[in-house]
Amino acid sequence: MKTLNFFGQWVAGSIRIVLTGNKLYYAWVAFLMACTAIGLWAYTNQLSEGLITTSLRDQVSWGFYIGNFTFLVGVAAAAVTLVVPAYLYNWKPIKEIVVYGELLAVAAITMCALFVMVDIGHPERFWHLIPGPGILNVPSSMLAWDVIALNGYLVLNFVITTYLLFRLFQRKEPNKRIFMPLVWLSIPAAIAIHTVTAFLYAGLISRPYWNSAILAPRFIVSAFCSGPAVMLVLMQILQRFSKFKIRKEAMWKISELMAYFMGFNLFLLGAEVFKEYYSDTHHVTHMHYMFTGVEGHDTLVPWMWFAVGCSFAAFFLFLRRKSRQNIVLMNIGCLLIFMGVYIEKSMGMVIPGMTPDTLGEIYEYVPSINELLVALGIVGFGGLMFTFMVKIATPILDGEFYYKEREAKKKD
Amino acid sequence: MTKSVSRRDFLCSLGGCAAAATAVGCDNITHSKFFRSRFKELGEEELERILKELSTENQERFSNAEAQVSATGAQPGVEFGYALDLSRCTGCRRCVHACVDENNQGREEEIHWIRVLEMEEKHGIDFHHADPYYSPETVPEDGKFYLPVACQQCRNAPCVKSCPVGATWQEDDGIVVVDYDWCIGCRCCMAACPYGARRFNWAEPEIPAEDLNPNMHYLGNRPRPKGVVEKCTFCIQKTRKGEYPACVEICPVGSRKFGNMLDPDSEIRYVLENKKVFVLKAELNTRPRFYYFYG
Repeated sequence: MKTLNFFGQWVAGSIRIVLTGNKLYYAWVAFLMACTAIGLWAYTNQLSEGLITTSLRDQVSWGFYIGNFTFLVGVAAAAVTLVVPAYLYNWKPIKEIVVYGELLAVAAITMCALFVMVDIGHPERFWHLIPGPGILNVPSSMLAWDVIALNGYLVLNFVITTYLLFRLFQRKEPNKRIFMPLVWLSIPAAIAIHTVTAFLYAGLISRPYWNSAILAPRFIVSAFCSGPAVMLVLMQILQRFSKFKIRKEAMWKISELMAYFMGFNLFLLGAEVFKEYYSDTHHVTHMHYMFTGVEGHDTLVPWMWFAVGCSFAAFFLFLRRKSRQNIVLMNIGCLLIFMGVYIEKSMGMVIPGMTPDTLGEIYEYVPSINELLVALGIVGFGGLMFTFMVKIATPILDGEFYYKEREAKKKD
Repeated sequence: MTKSVSRRDFLCSLGGCAAAATAVGCDNITHSKFFRSRFKELGEEELERILKELSTENQERFSNAEAQVSATGAQPGVEFGYALDLSRCTGCRRCVHACVDENNQGREEEIHWIRVLEMEEKHGIDFHHADPYYSPETVPEDGKFYLPVACQQCRNAPCVKSCPVGATWQEDDGIVVVDYDWCIGCRCCMAACPYGARRFNWAEPEIPAEDLNPNMHYLGNRPRPKGVVEKCTFCIQKTRKGEYPACVEICPVGSRKFGNMLDPDSEIRYVLENKKVFVLKAELNTRPRFYYFYG
C-alpha cells in the first residue's frame, strides 16, 4: 500500500516535471513533436502506398531504416562502456552519470524497434513473432534471436533505471541483491545485442561482404567509439541546460577509452580491406563499390572516404592526451567519430553488402524523401523520450525530487 | 483444429489487437485474415472454409466465376527436380512472361520470378559480367549465352533458415513455399537468397481482371497482398496435378526439363544420370534441386 502511495506521487510528480520548463524547453519539445508528427505523416504514406515510397527494391532490399537500426543498436550497447567502470570498478565520476547511459540505451533500443517496425511490410502482423499465438523461429533465424536480445536488453535497462530512480525517489539506496544481478546481466546483454545484430548479416552466405567472422567484433568496437561520442556530447548539453554535472575526469576517461577503441576499429577495418584486396576474388567488388565505384556507379565513394578520414582524424586527436583533454578538440573528435562510424556502419555497411546484388546487378540506392522523413520521425520520437526521461531523472539524482510525507497525507 | 481455434480466441481476447483491427475499419474478411493462423497449423475444416472464402473473394474481385483457390498437398513419392540445358536456351524470355501469366504476379511493377542473364561466352558463368536487361533485335547474339535463374528450390535453403516467423518452408516434394498470410515482410529471406530469386511486393500488385489465372493454389499463384515476399513455386498449382510448369511448356527450344526425381523413368532422372549437370554457386552448399547442363 505504501509502495503504491510512493508510486502514485512519483508518477504525478514526473508528469508535472515533464510538463513544466522554461521557454527553451518548450521550444525543444515542440520541435521534437513536430519531427515526430512529420514522421508519422510520412509513415501513413508508406502504409497506404506500400514500401514503394522508399527507394528500396528487390536488388537492394534493406537500406536506410536497417542501417539506422544497426547504428542505434551500437549506441544502446555502448551503455556498457559506462556500466563497467561504474559498477565493476566502482569508479565514482562515472557512477554519477551511468544512469544517463542506460536511459540513452532505453531510447536507442526503442528507436531500433521502430526502425524495424517501419521496415517490415506487415507491421500489423507483429504478433506472428510472439511465441504462443505466433512462432519465433529460433534457433535458426537470426532476426528471431535479435528480437529476443533487443527486447531483453530494453526490459533490463528499463527495469534497472526505473528501479534505481524509484528507490532514490523514496530516498533509499537500491537493494543490492536485486539491483546488482540486473546490472551484471546488462553487461553480457549489451554485448549480445550487438553480436546478434552482426550475426544477422554475418550469417548470410549470399552476401560475401557481410559473411565475415570479424563483423561482430567490428560492430562492438565501433559501437564503443560512437556510443560514448553521443553520450559525451549529450551530457555536456545537459550540463549546460540543467543541474546535471559531469566531472572532467569522467570525460577524460571516456575519451581515452574511445581512443583505444577507435584504434582497434581501424585495425579491424584494415584487416578486412587487406583480406578483400589481396585475395582479389569476386568478393572484392563490394569494397570496390564503396571505395572506388564499379563501372561508374560511385554514389557511396565520397561518403566512404569522408568517413574513413573522420575516423582517422578522430583517432589521432584522441590518442594525444593534450588534445582529448581539451574540451573543444574533444567535441570536434566526438563529432568526427559520430560521422565516421555512422556512415561506415549504417549506409556503408548495409548498401555495399547488397551492391552489386547476388546476380551481379548494380542498383544505386539513395533513400527517398519519404524514407528520410519517416526516419526523422523516429529520431524525433526517440529524442522526446530521452528528453522526458532525463528531465525526470536529473532532479531525482540531485535529490530535489523525492517523496514528501506531508503531500501524501494532505491527499488522504 | 482445437489449437488454431484457441489461438484465435486468445488473440481476440487481446483487446488492443482487436481494437487496432477495428480501427483500420475491417470487415469480416480482413478480420479473418488478420487472425488467420499459419498455413501449416490450419485444421482441415478451417482450411476448407478459408479456401472457400478466398475463392469467393477472388471471384468477386476479378468478376471471374471460375476463380478457385486450392491447397493440394505434396503427392507421396514425389520429389521435383528441374534441369536447364544452357546450350539450347536462346534467351527469348518467353518463360519469363509465361510465368507471369500463369502465376498472377502484379503487372504494374512487373514482378518476374525468372531472371534471364545475358553472359559473355568468353567469361563463362560470371555474374559480374551479366546483363539482365539485354534487348537486341534478335536473340541469340553471337558470343553470348543466356542463363535463366529462378528459385533453385534448395535442399539446404538459406531463406527458410532466416525467416523469423516460419512463413516459408520446404514441402515434402521439395518446393519451397511462402505463406502470404503469415509473412511479415521483413525481407530476411531476400537478403539470404544467393540467387536473387525472391521478390517483394513493394506496392499493391495490380492484376487486370481478364489476366487472372483462375486456377490458383494457396501457397502459389493466388493474388498476393502488398508487403509480402513471393517466388517461383515450380507452378505448384499445375505440377501437383501432374502437369508441367508454365516455363517448361512454353520453352520453344526444349531447354527446360522437369519431373519427379524419385521416378526412375522420368526425364529428369535421365538428364541427371546421363548429362554432366552442375548447380549455381555450388560452394555455398545450398544443394539446389535446379540443375544446369550443356546438352
